[in-house]
Amino acid sequence: MSVGGDIGVWSVLLAIVGSALRVSTPYLFVSLGETLTEKSGRINLGLEGTLMMGAMSGYAVALGTGSPWLGVLGAGVTGAAFGLLHAGLCSLPRVNDIAVGIALFIFGTGFAVYLGKPLVHPVAPRLPDIDLGFWSSLPSLRAALQVNALLIIGILLAPAMLWILHNTRWGLKLRTVGDSADAARALGYSINGVRATATAIGGFFAGVGGAFLSLYYPGAWTENLSSGQGLMAVTLVIFARWNPINCVFAALLFGGASALGPALQAVGITSNYYLYGAAPYVLTLVLLIRTSSTKHRLFGAPSELSINK
Amino acid sequence: MIGAAVWRGPEAAVLTVGAVLVALLAFGIFVAFTGLDPFAVYKVLYLGAFGSRFSIETTLTLAAPIMLTALCVVIPARAGLLIIGGEGALVLGGLGSVLAGVALNGAPASLATPLILLAGAAAGAIWIAIPAALRQFRGVNETISTLLFNYIAIALLNHLVSGPIRDYGQPLKPTSWPIPSAFMIGTIPGLSVHWGLVYGVAACLVAFVVLRQTTFGFALSILGGNLRAAQMAGLPVAALALTAAALGGAAAGLAGAVEVVAVHGAASISLVVGYGYAGILVAFVARQNPLAVVLAALLVGGISASGGLLQRRFGMPDAASTVLEGCIFLAVLGSNSLYGRLRFLQSRSAEVK
Repeated sequence: MSVGGDIGVWSVLLAIVGSALRVSTPYLFVSLGETLTEKSGRINLGLEGTLMMGAMSGYAVALGTGSPWLGVLGAGVTGAAFGLLHAGLCSLPRVNDIAVGIALFIFGTGFAVYLGKPLVHPVAPRLPDIDLGFWSSLPSLRAALQVNALLIIGILLAPAMLWILHNTRWGLKLRTVGDSADAARALGYSINGVRATATAIGGFFAGVGGAFLSLYYPGAWTENLSSGQGLMAVTLVIFARWNPINCVFAALLFGGASALGPALQAVGITSNYYLYGAAPYVLTLVLLIRTSSTKHRLFGAPSELSINK
Repeated sequence: MIGAAVWRGPEAAVLTVGAVLVALLAFGIFVAFTGLDPFAVYKVLYLGAFGSRFSIETTLTLAAPIMLTALCVVIPARAGLLIIGGEGALVLGGLGSVLAGVALNGAPASLATPLILLAGAAAGAIWIAIPAALRQFRGVNETISTLLFNYIAIALLNHLVSGPIRDYGQPLKPTSWPIPSAFMIGTIPGLSVHWGLVYGVAACLVAFVVLRQTTFGFALSILGGNLRAAQMAGLPVAALALTAAALGGAAAGLAGAVEVVAVHGAASISLVVGYGYAGILVAFVARQNPLAVVLAALLVGGISASGGLLQRRFGMPDAASTVLEGCIFLAVLGSNSLYGRLRFLQSRSAEVK
């Protein structure tokens, strides 16, 4: 075995790790947001539109103020507004949450592209890197470990969210509303109010995920910025079993899977490029088939969720 | 909840037209904020969709595949399934028709073309029957699985056209082998609109009659309305659900086949232009009624057709049509909550108690 071969293998692995870390951040934010929304018993299939709106508005705010972090905030607020729109429509009688999600997906994507047209050329300030590989002298390792603060915030958010869901009054209320609307009603909780809050926070997270796309990686506003990260949110949450900690692993896995094809292509393995790209979807499908049953709902799924009925 | 259980004729029509008007109003307010005259925009919207012979032909050409992908939502919805896999079924239909077209090279066109269309429909039918079977026998949610199936179909398309069935004579964009040009279908006499429009309208009419007038359609609506009731009545629940899904998939697969034999002549990523998602929009605007699908598809096709003219006249981004379509979708869904609330629409018998 030659030394050159070893370096080849390692650089492929490092490239996968590096781009998995980069690619997984938007996955992480949309899945955390969707977990919170679904815990309240509602499903938001429109996070793709929210993500695009977040990316566009984040870029616009960063461009206008010169501060990428204000851009992230702006993206979150826009996302929360979209969450409230979803919640508002779904609180009406006889309105299907999945259908509203698809409508918001179409509307949000179109609206973002429409409003973002003047943003295609100007260059907004980028979010800064954090050099986690400072201790190493290997350039490829340092490049792989160059991450963004949002990834770290997301990873810290996951245990915080789990703690809030399980140890606070509000978390209990949210889970009650998601598991039994009747019990929540009997306790005098406002079901629509709790769900609106959860959907708005979920939208905020998705918006931040979008800001990562436009302000860090790839780091520009384009019409085809998202490759369906928002649509994958629902899938990621099923994969993570409605557990925020698992969202981190799910996001890294999906990020790694979508980095596999490009990394192999970089070292000259180009066959089956697109099949590797389909790996996350096939993986989720297999998982769904293995764990679903006609007798009981998915393990961990909130009972009020419409996909269980 | 999907809205398929009952077709409440006049009430549904009034609510839908009202919702479309509200959406147009919201869009007008939005364009006014961007500094344009909303009435001028409405006028150009109309001209671009239905104002000239050319724009009408564009509208009809765009509406044809959307009618078929909408049926991929409407027919399974009747059986209580919310299928959003029309995009993937269309892709599979396109791939199936290319393979059939290449295999039939040398056969007479009068035999080959129907077989190609049939192959596309069959590929779509199988593709959508799989999620329905997973739902029936494994309890896998069909909405989520068809969403995944869309991605898998597009990956499969990209894989096949960039290698196994690639036509290396097309250097710019990965494209599949072309089907023999003799198998291509032409345009309807007197119109520069391909025959796909006739297939689309015919499919909607047939779907309407089958769902409305046959025992099969009645059985589906029982299943969609109440699973327990269907089981108690001894209906073959699994067979009904699978058939409904397969028929819907066949419609979307036919749309893909038509795109190949009437427009592109081969399969490529050009098949993935959002007809599947537009079909979902149309199905909900039509409130899952196959006859209303024709009208709703003309509306959505018209909005898409006028995008170019809006762009040229006002410099609006081409996403303007998507924004308007999204507004219409949201308004129509919101209007569902008004069922039974508008007094003048309630039937007499409801008032006499």
